[in-house]
Amino acid sequence: MRVPLSWLTDFVALDAEPRAIAEALDRLGLEVEALDAPGEEITGVKVARILEVRPHPNADKLQLCDIEFGDGTTTVVCGAPNVVNGMVVAYAPSGATLPGGFKLERRKIRGEVSDGMLCSSRELGLGEEHDGILPLASDAELGMDVRDLLGLHDVVFDLSVTPNRSDAMSIVGVARDLAAHFGVPLTVAEPTVDVSGDASDISVLVEAVERAPRFTARQVGVTMGPSPDWMQRRLTLAGMRPISNVVDVTNYVMLERGQPSHAFDLDRLRGPGLVVRTAQVGETLTTLDDVERKLVPSDLLICDADRRPQAIAGIMGGAEAEVHDGTTGIVLEVAYFAPMGISMTSKRLGLRSEASARFERGVDPNGVMRASDRVVELLAEVAGAPIGPPAIDEYPTVVARERIRVRPGRVGAVLGVELDGAQVRESLRPLGIDIEEIDGDAEAFTAIAPTYRPDLVREIDVVEEVGRRIGLDSIPRTLPHTTEQGGGLTARQRARRLVADVMVGLGHSEAMTLPLIAEADLSRIGVDPAATVRATNALSAEEPVLRPAILPGLLKSVAHNAGLGLSDVALFELGHVFGVPPKGQLLPDERDHLAFVASGTMRRGPVEPDRPVDVYDATDALHAIVDALQLTGVETTTADHSGYLRGRAASVVVGGVTIGAVGELDPAVLASFGALAPAVAFEVDLDPLLAGDRRDQAFAPLSRYPAAAMDLAFVLDESVPAAAVVATIRKAGGELLEDARVFDEFRSEALGVGRRSLAVALRFRAPDRTLKDTELNAVWQACIDAVVKHHRAELRS
Amino acid sequence: MDLSDLDLDAAVAAITAATEAGELADLRKRLVGKGSPAFRTRESIKTLDAADRPVVGKAVTDFTKAVEAALEVRAGELGPAAPTEPPLDLTLGTHGRGRGHLHLVTQCQRELEDVFVSLGYRVAEGPEVEDDWHNFEALNFPPGHPARAMQDTLYVDLGDPEQVLLRTHTSPVQIRLMESQPPPIYAVMPGRTYRNETVDARHSAVFHQIEGLAVDRGLTFGDLAGTLETFTSAYFGKKVTSRLLPSFFPFTEPSAEFAITCVFCDAAGCRVCSQTGWIELGGCGMVDPNVFLAVGIDPEEYTGFAFGFGLERMPMLRYGVEPIKTFFDNDSRFLSRY
Repeated sequence: MRVPLSWLTDFVALDAEPRAIAEALDRLGLEVEALDAPGEEITGVKVARILEVRPHPNADKLQLCDIEFGDGTTTVVCGAPNVVNGMVVAYAPSGATLPGGFKLERRKIRGEVSDGMLCSSRELGLGEEHDGILPLASDAELGMDVRDLLGLHDVVFDLSVTPNRSDAMSIVGVARDLAAHFGVPLTVAEPTVDVSGDASDISVLVEAVERAPRFTARQVGVTMGPSPDWMQRRLTLAGMRPISNVVDVTNYVMLERGQPSHAFDLDRLRGPGLVVRTAQVGETLTTLDDVERKLVPSDLLICDADRRPQAIAGIMGGAEAEVHDGTTGIVLEVAYFAPMGISMTSKRLGLRSEASARFERGVDPNGVMRASDRVVELLAEVAGAPIGPPAIDEYPTVVARERIRVRPGRVGAVLGVELDGAQVRESLRPLGIDIEEIDGDAEAFTAIAPTYRPDLVREIDVVEEVGRRIGLDSIPRTLPHTTEQGGGLTARQRARRLVADVMVGLGHSEAMTLPLIAEADLSRIGVDPAATVRATNALSAEEPVLRPAILPGLLKSVAHNAGLGLSDVALFELGHVFGVPPKGQLLPDERDHLAFVASGTMRRGPVEPDRPVDVYDATDALHAIVDALQLTGVETTTADHSGYLRGRAASVVVGGVTIGAVGELDPAVLASFGALAPAVAFEVDLDPLLAGDRRDQAFAPLSRYPAAAMDLAFVLDESVPAAAVVATIRKAGGELLEDARVFDEFRSEALGVGRRSLAVALRFRAPDRTLKDTELNAVWQACIDAVVKHHRAELRS
Repeated sequence: MDLSDLDLDAAVAAITAATEAGELADLRKRLVGKGSPAFRTRESIKTLDAADRPVVGKAVTDFTKAVEAALEVRAGELGPAAPTEPPLDLTLGTHGRGRGHLHLVTQCQRELEDVFVSLGYRVAEGPEVEDDWHNFEALNFPPGHPARAMQDTLYVDLGDPEQVLLRTHTSPVQIRLMESQPPPIYAVMPGRTYRNETVDARHSAVFHQIEGLAVDRGLTFGDLAGTLETFTSAYFGKKVTSRLLPSFFPFTEPSAEFAITCVFCDAAGCRVCSQTGWIELGGCGMVDPNVFLAVGIDPEEYTGFAFGFGLERMPMLRYGVEPIKTFFDNDSRFLSRY
């Protein structure tokens, strides 16, 4: 909402500096997004008339415009589609300056000299309109400074109005807040109109009363023409393009009072009257913007007496009965439409207008007739409207003002300030809220809200008004006494932090990838994209799938890095993944996953040679996490998994349940993501890991007696996992075996195909004595015997 | 008994003649080490007459002490021995990659969580795919309410049309929390949020928020303002102050936008703060009574406040990170910078 200062001062005397007014607006909750003073940066821009528009010899989309500007003529190149012979425009000659410090120069455009340019609204700092050149009043004096013509010495507050403040979508509403803030009166004159004759010349039939609780129409004779300069100036400053006196008046009243209205050409209506009804299936209407709109039964229409649609109520008029140069009589419609219906239709059609923005917030049902009178008053002034018949006013159920019980004590208690009853009452009155005392209730009063404030319904709404009036920023700042609860993280949250910290400690960095991915990303790692959940309206239509796994996203990041010449990366991510909902549940199966990818080489040099990443980089990370979480019973068992090389992957198993996979990624899969081999990875479901059994943490006294170290080597079948051998040794070694660790793996022709040698380092120690040789030999032999027996192994000597 | 082998003058002369620290070890061995004349003399003591033993013993001891003293003096003069290995160069590089890095958003999230934990808050979480009730309706966004249009929602192909969605804010966690436990509640709710909006330098379809909720007897707007002040000075430092201006959110009333003094220009006015000296951080307000009614909390007995803001925005302000896409590209140069 663009609010020119000069327009505000029609209703409230403001002697503060524009900066101070902007500050006040901010404090009132009417956020000033920009404080525009367009005239400050414009110099040398003059009023000119286009003599002739000629095609540009070298460019289809450009034209040459011969113009006169009072004391001379020249030619400019122009790309706007709306230039026509005789149009009066703003001409910026070479040497002129425009907002943003832009200085014009004579230059050639596609071979033709352009002596400056013609300006659009945006180029003059008058809003976002950039579709064409801004037309100026056709009788404007040529050569005049456009700042004088357009009133650009004014200041415009560009406000961002929140959805609850329908009243502030008008100059009067903004003026009311400022009057309250500065403690000065608000003066809004009642419009005066003369009426005569019989209203029944036109008919009005409201069939959808709940959608149009108040509907007025009146017949007005008009003489079409441009609106006067002062009106065009204000509309332009407010960001609207002047069109004709009749349209400009309706827009002017909408901006001033917040009440949209619509003028139908009486002669172009089929039947002199209006019918308000909902649309029928299959009906269409071509709106003012020449777009044919398909309608549905929830859309509200304003039709002519013949029931033909002439406007989408509250949103946009139809092309058929649009006022035009030859219009002599109009039907002026001013109404209150139910906000919800307007909002739904506007959203469905993707059609938002200045009118719909106001109706969907809620206009003042009791201000409708005043707005209608204001339009007529102005039409009499600028469109020679003769005295017409009174309006027809269909308003079966008058909207009453809300009566709200307000306890001043509660107001202070919610805001956290000491306020007496009088302060609360006095802060409300300037906003148009009336106060009525309640007999026998000293604690409270009744606040009677004006109907232009539909947001005031409950006591808390009034609390907010008091807060706005005293200034939210002036409320003393305190802290709650949170003695009833100690703060802290849950065990799960702490464990999750620990997992991330372990990964970081190992040299891996945390990534965050986007959870919306493409089907192809899943196919690439061999996951069926059918069993996924998707977004139905994603802006990026190629990436609608809610990731069931993190790995594809990480691989894309690895590829992104590789593309930048950063091929040695180790990334992990901890985040949500999404599966189809379990039976009987609406929401997806959403859980935390931990995923890791390392690619390229592990830097070891210069002390040792660099080495390619290998699968132990992935399993080491898993083991470190298992250790940090003090877990027991986490196993990796060799198994094929999609995305990984056959025979080079394993399942991660907790308590017998597979929670993920680890291994070497398939080079073909890597290539499909644009990543390079070698790369290793794991991805696990986090919660089963966090919930896994913890190892016994009871303290055992540390033996002070000497240790005996021994190595054993066995030849076994490849199918025997090293972990099984170690487990057998641990069992056989009993409490005397302090540690057992595989330190070598070896294959050779001599051992035979399918056989390998594993060498294990053992450390024995007794808790309470030095082990005797005989004891040591016995336990050592027991370990050998157990492995030989259980795993068909041979001891290597 | 022959003490003539213990020629101290010759020994000192030899020591003084040494030109390298390395030679001193050999001299020590030759003069007083195993097999040296001094050694042999000391060994021979047990064969001597009892009367002679102290004399010879003292002579050997004196000789040894004098040689050691001379060696020490000469060692000091010559300085340390030349190393036998090539010189160490510790600037060659690191062994391996060193430590990794938490994502900057995680670092920021933890920092904020810790600030609020110290104020007595807990950390609550919820699903990223939500139903309409938790994301909108219970938060006082009735169907068709224009405020729903403030947030471009991404819907999910589950349930009835537009019933299941990617949460547009972390506020549904407020509802889940209030549904699951009675007041008092003091919690912050960090997490990922989604909007169906065009990506630009500051906006991303996926981003993170952190939200706070306090519900208790007697909480006031002043408590909200004080809590935000405490948090902003803990995160941005004492010289940063905050400001609250009236705004609108369906789930709070009164509602406010909170801003901090610009961290780039110390509130003097610069490009980042559009010359205002203020930077908007997020929204806040007193919990709307309708929200309490939706979750079965008596709004007469309890009041509450809530606040929320974008997590990425914090490091964007602190370090000037942009565009926001940088957070999700996972360029390892970015990840390892923080």
